[in-house]
This record gives sequence, structure tokens and C-alpha cells, in this order.
Amino acid sequence: MAVAEKDEEIIICRCEEVTLGEIREWINKGYETFDELKRVLRVGMGPCQGRGCREIILRELSAKTGRPVSEIHPGTFRPPSKPIKLSLLAEIGDG
Amino acid sequence: MTLKRTAEVVVIGAGIQGCSIAYNIAKSGLRNVVVLEKDTICSGSTGRCGAGIRAQWGTEMNCRFGLAAIEKFERLQEELGMDCDLHQGGYLVVAYRDSEFERLKESMRLQNSLGINTRVVSYAEAREICPGLSAEDAVGFTFHDRDGHADPFLTTFAYTEAARRLGVKFLRFTEVKAIKAVAGRVKGVETNRGDFDAPVVVNAAGGYAQHVAKMAGVDIPNFSERHEILITEPVEPGVCPPMLISFSGNFYIQQRPNGSMIGGCSPEGHPQDYGLGTSWNFLEAMSRTFVKLLPRARGIRVARQWSGLYNMTPDCQPILCESDDVKGFFLSCGYSGHGFMFGPISGELLAQQILGQKPRIPIGMLHYKRFERGELLVEPAVV
Repeated sequence: MAVAEKDEEIIICRCEEVTLGEIREWINKGYETFDELKRVLRVGMGPCQGRGCREIILRELSAKTGRPVSEIHPGTFRPPSKPIKLSLLAEIGDG
Repeated sequence: MTLKRTAEVVVIGAGIQGCSIAYNIAKSGLRNVVVLEKDTICSGSTGRCGAGIRAQWGTEMNCRFGLAAIEKFERLQEELGMDCDLHQGGYLVVAYRDSEFERLKESMRLQNSLGINTRVVSYAEAREICPGLSAEDAVGFTFHDRDGHADPFLTTFAYTEAARRLGVKFLRFTEVKAIKAVAGRVKGVETNRGDFDAPVVVNAAGGYAQHVAKMAGVDIPNFSERHEILITEPVEPGVCPPMLISFSGNFYIQQRPNGSMIGGCSPEGHPQDYGLGTSWNFLEAMSRTFVKLLPRARGIRVARQWSGLYNMTPDCQPILCESDDVKGFFLSCGYSGHGFMFGPISGELLAQQILGQKPRIPIGMLHYKRFERGELLVEPAVV
């Protein structure tokens, strides 16, 4: 198993394989909300919708902006809350 | 933060239109350009769209825009310095009625006359382009191989970053509250963060364009419709190489380069309440369409659903012009669901007009006065 040698190489978003280094790079470019990082890096757009990475990213945003995590908007959760197969959704209406 | 209180140009809205216009103006030498955005960049219609890019249109104007936009997209990474995730797998247009197929062929002849190499394909060819396609009930197909899709976020950010390097200022969380005009000339805007004086103000407010126009005393007949969309988990590429689209079937389906499938349709019409909610009926109807057209997608999971606003005009073609009533007030809105794909070319053309140059594609007929005069240019090919 490969082990990250530097903090920057640690994969924070496992769905989209985004590293801590990439997150810090874009925060430093002014992408200072969760939704902006989501749009540019796809963090939170994968099947888990940020369940794995959100807290870490909010901490990074807090460190950069000086605002407590509790005051940083966590971004939007969208339905469905868990991924559902197309076939299941298509057949529900058939009874 | 100290805000520059005067600008040469103020652009309202940081979607693809606003960012492309700002970049193209700055590229031509005007550097004191400010883009005002009430939320964050790409948070409105652009960031919610289906990402498609096509030249298969039914009016000459849209065909010219579509082809010019494709040419821009093909060189955008080179121009802006950022990969916009362009994928050119073509658009495979599916007709389910004879009359619809006849109209598609008529549009194809128009497209061919303008240098767009759309062709009719058989069901067997359609299945070569899109292996696994199941469309026995279709009567015909057209295909244009340079159509495709790109990442709306990355494209908009590519414009933003390139514009910033040229000195353009982007102000997020800055909402325009009023537009100042004196004796038929625009003078600036009032926002929740103070006033900005500028001789040129551009309305690129997407779903809210009619409200912004009204602030300047300009009446446009635009209205905003909610459309729904979903995305699946990423799967191996090749499940849907082209954009599958049908006007009578009321759907589009594509697969992004990261493997996620995107699909949109509108089973319940298009509510005009400015809401951005989502419905169960959409999820069910879109899933049925998916498994009917692409049976092998049955086991793929839906990851998210959302909605966005189409800023519509009565003829489904944009408004791109300077106001006659308020000089210096320009409009780029009403793209009727196609603002993302036209952004690279419409931004260039409006910038040329703002700078007093002749737009390289004439845009005179996209003035909003066409609605008063009854000179509509109705575009039939809209989902």
C-alpha cells in the first residue's frame, strides 16, 4: 500500500481522488467556500456526497479564513441520500 | 477590502456569460472591469446545466453560434490555460415521429449549407455510435460528430482565472439592488456593498435577467423555468459515448469523461416559481428513460439530482444587444437552456459590440425589440 510522504499528498476526497494539496491550492486562490471547492475539484460530488471529506475541508477553510467551523456553510446535500440503482427507481412506479 | 468604486464596465452575473464577456473585454484592453455576483461564481444556471455543446440547430443564427462556439471550445484550453474537460462524442438526435424526422432533415440541410457536417444515420449506425442503444420505436436519427459536452464549472473558472490575470475584479456576495440611469444613459449600479459608477453595465443575470432589466427600466419578455437533472455514480467509459437527445422524447443523456452519466427531462412541465427544488416524479421518469434507452445501465446508481433555471424568451433564442432606451446598458440573457454552450462566442461578440467594434457574427436580429416588432426567430430544437 502506498503511503503519502507529505500531508499535501493525502487523498481527502476518496470518491474523486482529491488531495489535501489540491484543496489548499484552490483555497489559496480564493475558493473559500465548500461549494466553490466542490465546483472546481468535485469534492462532495461523488457517491458519498462529502461524508468522508467535508469535515476535513471545513477545517481547512476555518484555518484559512479564521472563522469557526460552525459558521462555515457545509454546502448542499442533494437527494437521494444514498445512491439508488436506475432499475429500482424505474420499476417502483410499475408496482 | 477596498472596493474600486468606478469601473469602465460593470457586469452583473458571474455565470458563463458574465465571465466570458468580462474576459473578452479585458483581452481587448479595457482592464477596469468589475463582475458582480450575488452568490458565488457559477452558482446559478451555468453550474446547474446539462453541459451539452451542439451545432445541430433549426435556425441559421443558432447554427452559426453553435459552430463558432464549438470552434472556440476546441481551442479553449490553449486560450485560457485551463482544461475544460471537452468531450466530442457527437450528438445523436433521436426522432420518434415522421414529421419530427422530416424537420430534423430540413434542419440538417440548413446545417450542411453552413459547414456543419450533420448526417442521417440508420439504426444500425446509431448502435455503432452508441453500443447498447435500444430505440426500436425511433423513426430516424441525425448525428454531428463535433458536438459534445464540457465541464461548465471548469469552463467558467477558466474564464474567471484568465480574466483575473488581466485585472478583472470579481466580487462575490454582491447583489445589485438598483441601476442608475440619467437621460437615457446608464450611470452605474447600487449594490448591498455600495455603489459603482460605470458608463457600461451588462445584464448577464441568467434566471434573474428580467428583474435586472426592469431595474434599468427595460422590459423584456423573458421568464424562468425550472428544469430537473440527475447524475449517476461514475462507471466505465463507453456506456453512452454520444449525447443522446430527443425533442419529442423530451430527454438528453450523456456520460462525462469521469464516467458519471447525466440525464435531464421534464415530466411535470416547467414551474416558473424560481424554486430550485427536486421531485420524485422526475427521478422515476428519468430512470425509466435511462433503462429503456440503455438497458445495460440498469445497475448504475443515481448519485444526485438537482434543478436549475432556463431563462426563456418567446422564440427560444437569446437577447444579445445594447438597449435603445438606456444607452450603455447591454443584455446577454434569455438563452433558453443553451447559455453555457454559446458562452464562448456570445461573450466575444458582445465584447466586440461594447468596444465599438463590429461583431464578427452579426447580432442585430438578437435585439429584444424583435418581440415588439413580431420578428420572432423561433427555434424548434429545444429540450
